[in-house]
Amino acid sequence: MEARYLLSDMSVMLGRSMRHIFRSMDTIIKVALMPILFMLLFVYVFGGAIQSGTGNYVNYLLPGILLIAIASGIAYTAYRLFLDVQKGIFERFHSMPITHSAVLWGHVLTSLVSNAISLVVIVLVAFLMGFRSPAGILSWLAVIGILALFTLALTWIAAIAGLSAKTIDGASAFSFPLLFLPFISSAFVPTGTMPPAVRVFAENQPVTSIVDAIRALLSNQPVGNDIWIAIAWCVGIIVVAYVFAMRAYRRRVLSR
Amino acid sequence: MTDSAIITRDLRKSFKKTAVLKSVSFDVRRGEIFALLGSNGAGKTTTIKILATLLRPDSGASSVSGFDVAKSPDKVRQSISLTGQFTAVDEMLTGRENLHMIARLRHLDNPGGIAKGLLERLGLTDAADRNAGTYSGGMKRKLDLAMSLVGKPSVIFLDEPTTGLDPEARLQVWEMVKDLAKGGTTVFLTTQHLEEAEALADRIAILHEGRIVADATLAELKKLFPPAKVEYVEKQPTLEEIFLHMTRKEASRKEIQ
Repeated sequence: MEARYLLSDMSVMLGRSMRHIFRSMDTIIKVALMPILFMLLFVYVFGGAIQSGTGNYVNYLLPGILLIAIASGIAYTAYRLFLDVQKGIFERFHSMPITHSAVLWGHVLTSLVSNAISLVVIVLVAFLMGFRSPAGILSWLAVIGILALFTLALTWIAAIAGLSAKTIDGASAFSFPLLFLPFISSAFVPTGTMPPAVRVFAENQPVTSIVDAIRALLSNQPVGNDIWIAIAWCVGIIVVAYVFAMRAYRRRVLSR
Repeated sequence: MTDSAIITRDLRKSFKKTAVLKSVSFDVRRGEIFALLGSNGAGKTTTIKILATLLRPDSGASSVSGFDVAKSPDKVRQSISLTGQFTAVDEMLTGRENLHMIARLRHLDNPGGIAKGLLERLGLTDAADRNAGTYSGGMKRKLDLAMSLVGKPSVIFLDEPTTGLDPEARLQVWEMVKDLAKGGTTVFLTTQHLEEAEALADRIAILHEGRIVADATLAELKKLFPPAKVEYVEKQPTLEEIFLHMTRKEASRKEIQ
């Protein structure tokens, strides 16, 4: 395993799965469509009745919508990993002199790129619906950074699922609980109106701090501690999920 | 340096409590076609996975191209390629892209030229820029084999290379294997079809219940049995011969039109 080939191997792997994505554009559309429908539903159906305490509800809910998009987008990483294991493509790669971590990183980078495309589409739709932000370039960069970290964190969780699932349905089923986390958070309504037990959960789960941090950045409000809590959650999840994903990978590919 | 391309000594492997390999030892000489013959579950795939660095044995030693499989798997990987039991082509990529990808992963110069050459050699040029998902089973298998030829590895492992192929495609695979061996490549193949081993192999080892029960050339194996009795029988064409005859006639008729 020669380190000097890591980057070149990784770029081959990235090129491979990016081709997969561009040849099945329906996956990107599917990933973007559901959050957009949620956004339309929340803004034009529920929005009038929701007291978010801000004038522009699209501005309020966009961060949560973006997180939902990521949570559904990463299911495809699990799906693609599962297929690679099942079809013996990983076995072929493994009997070749390539850096083994490049195989997984190729999928992870692909997840970052494809989710980024979906998010851009969603932000454009939000803009048409009235989303406006006074945020400067640094705040936007911070938002992109947080979203990338969140995508990485969920992608490594997806990798565990894709590598250890026994069936194709199992490989993507894990994403449903992740999809619901934004609903039990400050993403759509302020947590203040929730019953105490739900509120304690909502205020202490990662999505709330991430949503609050992104919302503050986009509206030029002071971010406070939220951003550090958000980053700590993401990095923590990445480290733990990475360890388990690599373990699942070795178990799956090297000792069947 | 010996003239052995593959050496295994007393390989043992159990999955949970099932002993799959109880003691497997054999030598494969450089440039020969070696067939590991056995019924389903005999341990053929397990043996191939161990030699291709995908699986660690519980005990025993093996070397490929002079490199210890356990100690220097990377050196082994440089000199081998594996065509697994299931066709491992990327169906979302074209045939050309599949070959190109493998050439780049083997860090070879001119991956485009390598892909082109192999496509020509295997008669896949017409289908080169179609997604491999649209290929027939035989074409997929050919592409799969072509991917194993990228970089001219000195040892090629083929795990049941003709399973699921129609007779025509199977003959083409046989021709490829023979060509490889002529070019000096060592071919290690597993099969459960006796006639495949008979048609291709220089040496045949029979794996039964986790042990090698025979290991010899076909001629030597035949000598183990009482001398052949001479019988006169009318030579009937086999169904395979009839099938090939009819389909080829059909194909040449179409070409004329």
